[in-house]
Amino acid sequence: MAAEVLGGAALALLLVVPLLLPPYFLEILISVMLFGYLGAAWNILGGYAGQFSFGHAAYFGIGAYTSTLLFLRLGVSPWLGMLVGGVLATTFGLAAGYLSFRYGLRGPYFSLVTLAFAEMLRVVAVNTKAVGSSLGLVIPSREAAPWHFVFGSKLPYYYVILAMAIAALWVTRRVERSKLGYSLQAIRENEEAAEAAGVDALGMKLRAMAISSFMTALGGTFYAQYFAYIDPAITFGPSVSIQGLLQAIVGGAGTVLGPVLGAFVLTPVSELSRAAMRGRAGVDVMVYGLILILVISFLPHGLMGWARRRRRAGA
Amino acid sequence: MTLLEVDGVSKRFGGLTAVSSFSLELAAGEIVGLIGPNGAGKTTVFHLLSGFQPPSEGAIRFKGASIVGVKPHAICRRGLARTFQIVQPFVNLTVLDNVMVGAFNRTDDVTAARRRATEVLDVVGLGPRRDALARELTLPDRKRLEMARGLATQPELLLLDEVMSGLNPTEIEAIIALIRRIHAQGVTLLIIEHVMRAIMALSQRIVVLHHGETIAAGRPADVARDPRVVEAYLGTAS
Repeated sequence: MAAEVLGGAALALLLVVPLLLPPYFLEILISVMLFGYLGAAWNILGGYAGQFSFGHAAYFGIGAYTSTLLFLRLGVSPWLGMLVGGVLATTFGLAAGYLSFRYGLRGPYFSLVTLAFAEMLRVVAVNTKAVGSSLGLVIPSREAAPWHFVFGSKLPYYYVILAMAIAALWVTRRVERSKLGYSLQAIRENEEAAEAAGVDALGMKLRAMAISSFMTALGGTFYAQYFAYIDPAITFGPSVSIQGLLQAIVGGAGTVLGPVLGAFVLTPVSELSRAAMRGRAGVDVMVYGLILILVISFLPHGLMGWARRRRRAGA
Repeated sequence: MTLLEVDGVSKRFGGLTAVSSFSLELAAGEIVGLIGPNGAGKTTVFHLLSGFQPPSEGAIRFKGASIVGVKPHAICRRGLARTFQIVQPFVNLTVLDNVMVGAFNRTDDVTAARRRATEVLDVVGLGPRRDALARELTLPDRKRLEMARGLATQPELLLLDEVMSGLNPTEIEAIIALIRRIHAQGVTLLIIEHVMRAIMALSQRIVVLHHGETIAAGRPADVARDPRVVEAYLGTAS
């Protein structure tokens, strides 16, 4: 009951506050929501199933490039292109996942192979003229056209990504409370024991992969429409993959709210350290890294894990 | 009715023969003990039966159908479940959630799985601990949890791998009573155990493995007197 009241209040704040924010803060809030969304998408596979993908940039990039290319070349609305990108990313994710899981790649080996898949796509994009090579693709500036996922101000983008983030949390909640969610957590804890208890580990991991890669691709399209520019380094580069998983790990991997909580903490930290260290290139990244090391050392289960432990200790 | 037929099964790891032409028939409703000194190949037999390792040769049929090459989860679905010698709880999940994972073997519905898991927890005596994290359980309780998770899959045949090791005499008595309760529910049992008093009391038949080979089989009292069994356990007098 208290949780519902709290959730309702948070939602009301998220709906109303942006109307009053100056543009700079609205941009930060959009970043928070995008990273929270990407974290939630990663969380299904990484947090619940314990399969630490370092290559979610692959799905992000497929999403961004698919909708953008369909729009630039064929005039297809990015709203539609978004879904096509999602389907393509899911197909790629299932193929990559099947190959990795079928041959028993686990832990760091799975992480490395996913990283390799993403890098492979980045290199392909860099070397393909048809998709703009390393220069990338620009979505030309134009009139606001909501039907084409183009808005005249930042605010509508905020509401789109807010809706996507809420939907992602809803999906996570649904998964968590289903046979799939129980199976994924069992696999994360101990795959042999899960198999012995009747869990089809390969099938369940592929399902998690499908949901996770589809959602990540939608985030890619949002990014492309919001920034109106994509290139291989941004969309297929490792930093997208790392961003997604960091939100989840810092907030609490394998919890519903963890990724969004992580984004609310990490994005401002990143912005503040950048502002504070202005003019000393790279120092902000070091400060950011230091904070991450501290969080992971002292809160290995993230903020949600810490809160949960305190509650159990109190009860 | 024959539930399980194992016919001339061997398992070799490189040059080492862990199990050599092992054969066994289990009728529905039996309790059979599998004993032998350390390294005799007992746990390997369990790995072969539950699909964790493929046999090098031989046939395994469960309810008349071959299960060689079938994946562990699919074997579990057919009604053959196992426990692990070294207990393998999902330590970060609650006791109830651990058992629910097993219950999902027979249902896709969360409410049904929770109901089934709750019943099983009452059977094994872990009802009061259902909301504890598995990592918080004592060893005897972890053994019970291991059995509960297997039982929740609703097996026709349950393989128990040393569920009494590391327990004190009182705890062993409780586990013996629990195994009898499980058997009374119509579950056939194949039990690996080093606690002789328990295995003698529970088993209708005992099979003795030594160096991967069956050296004796029969009623508990006969097996205990068999000179080859005594020799395998104690060594020769010379």
